[in-house]
Amino acid sequence: MAKYLAKRIFYLILTLFIVITLTFFLMKLLPGTPLTNQAKLSKSQIALIYEQYGLNKPVWQQYLLYLAGAVRGNFGTSFQFSDQPVSYLLSSRIGPSLQIGLQAMILGVIVGIIVGAFGAMRQNSWVDTTATVVSILGISIPSFVLAVLLQYYLGLKLGWFPIAEWGGFIYTVLPTLALGATPLAESARFVRTEMVDVLSSDYIELAKAKGLSRTGVIYHHALRNSLIPLITIVGPLAVNIMTGSMVVENIFSIPGIGEQFVKSVLTNDYPTIMGLTIIYSFMLCVVLLFTDILYGIVDPRIRITGKAN
Amino acid sequence: MENDKNILEVRNLQVNFKTYAGDVKAIRNVSFDLRKGETLAIVGESGSGKSVTTRTIMGLNARNADITSGSILYKDQDLLKKSDKEMEQFRGQDIAEIFQDPMTSLDPTMKIGKQIAEPLMVHKGMKKEKALAQALEMMKLVGITDAENRINDYPHQFSGGMRQRIVIAIALINYPEILIADEPTTALDVTIQAQILNLMKELQDKISTSIIFITHDLGVVAGMADRVAVMYAGKIVEYGTVDEIFYNPKHPYTWGLLSSMPTLDSSGDELPSIPGTPPDLLDPPTGDAFAARNAYALKIDTEQEPPFFKVSDTHYAATWLLHPDAPKVTPPAQIVARQKKYAEMQQALVAKQRPSVPVEEEEEQQ
Repeated sequence: MAKYLAKRIFYLILTLFIVITLTFFLMKLLPGTPLTNQAKLSKSQIALIYEQYGLNKPVWQQYLLYLAGAVRGNFGTSFQFSDQPVSYLLSSRIGPSLQIGLQAMILGVIVGIIVGAFGAMRQNSWVDTTATVVSILGISIPSFVLAVLLQYYLGLKLGWFPIAEWGGFIYTVLPTLALGATPLAESARFVRTEMVDVLSSDYIELAKAKGLSRTGVIYHHALRNSLIPLITIVGPLAVNIMTGSMVVENIFSIPGIGEQFVKSVLTNDYPTIMGLTIIYSFMLCVVLLFTDILYGIVDPRIRITGKAN
Repeated sequence: MENDKNILEVRNLQVNFKTYAGDVKAIRNVSFDLRKGETLAIVGESGSGKSVTTRTIMGLNARNADITSGSILYKDQDLLKKSDKEMEQFRGQDIAEIFQDPMTSLDPTMKIGKQIAEPLMVHKGMKKEKALAQALEMMKLVGITDAENRINDYPHQFSGGMRQRIVIAIALINYPEILIADEPTTALDVTIQAQILNLMKELQDKISTSIIFITHDLGVVAGMADRVAVMYAGKIVEYGTVDEIFYNPKHPYTWGLLSSMPTLDSSGDELPSIPGTPPDLLDPPTGDAFAARNAYALKIDTEQEPPFFKVSDTHYAATWLLHPDAPKVTPPAQIVARQKKYAEMQQALVAKQRPSVPVEEEEEQQ
């Protein structure tokens, strides 16, 4: 297990390196400059600013300098906010994003499992049809559309929740709902399909032949076997939430990294873009590593350290 | 036929399956007894209703199954009158089942010890530790080597034959009165088949259970069964002791089945087969369902369903050929040879007691 983990961490670092490299050069291809009001500045002023930020050097030199800094934990200073180190800027903003993302993920997956399982158990009944409709809507409606709808109806019309801003749990409800819809729908659909499959399998038949009750069969045999494949889609769902958060955070004015990412790209804030890319890739890598380990824990057939047969 | 020795009495069972095309009449008036301690083989080709019969006994039919008539008596109780909840008490306790494919009939994510122990915990309310201890004993009984170390293994760590032993252990852990074996060796290779069959025989003696053995493989039946019922198109067409069915079959369908089974003394280049396909049970033909494929069919076969004719006290067949007015026909050569052998056996047996008439001529109507 330790050997496996070491290997996976090595791959994680390798992946981050590749992501940094690609993003760095792609970012330099972005049109525009970090300067807000280029027209009002004289040539010498621009040259001075460029020199200050090291932007006058050739791109490959900038890249090497960035790498050298990153290895030491120095991710540069933001262009947008004077004297704000990227690491400080982002660490103060990652909290809200993580909270909303995790809440959306947990809510979506748990409710999705329940909806999917009930759909499968009452196959072709109204419960099942409702579950299917919910999943289709959840998958096809983009999170930002849902965000605006929630904001308008639950926030403005009914006044149950604050429309935007950040200030406590109540402020996280609407963004969580908006972001959680897709994971909910995806996992409901996935669990339903798996469970229908599992429920018609021979070992469920054998479990019934043992005299287990209906709930006993579901709880002891069907559920675990239907949930295992769900782990595979946790990675893609995490990506979905990360990308969704960039827009949703903007809609709800949440001071998170998603909102910051959009701002940084628009203003060519190179160090912040780089920092955020690293954070996103790191989070995704961790999720994937986590799901792989989880897979081994719940499914004995692919356990990494197993007795040889 | 009804006596205390019967552990299970199935009477006039009819099961339909509701489909969009109409009702599929899967079981059409089936009656049979299972005696205490015996092995009854139900033989027939795919779709003849063997498995539906056992599913009905277990109460595990698909949701679109409709039991239109009949009774299944077990210890003076009609299983067909039991609710789903009540049937749970019988399953795995009084009646257990072994399934066809051991590769798929075990839960891949549960340790086999727990899977074997589960019926004990469900029916006897046993604590896990105690149930596992008993499961270990059962594992040894079904011949799983190194059982102590393997009790915590998962199904994928076992071979097909070993998995079928585990399935047998699960079925027998509560010492059921009735064991239903639905083609338990079909998915195994031939050498393992023999091992599993021997194991079943051995355990049957040890825990005195009655077995309903479903198969399409007549070769397996000969060594396993005490009595045989031959099913065709949702009906039993002939039943008798294993000797009677193998050496003195009366129904042309049984003739066809036996002739299409290779034997050591079968000669000729080609193995005979039964022409045609079974009838569509959405709309079963009038008369004898086998008539269309039957080279010996009489006119009446297409008009009226044959009743059971008595061949001996234990042997009955539903074919008009046994009617006193029916023309005498000569069965296929292989069957004639079998009957000759049987007659010799009977003569040898009877000669010891009293002078006798040949068995062949004892046919009479029920």
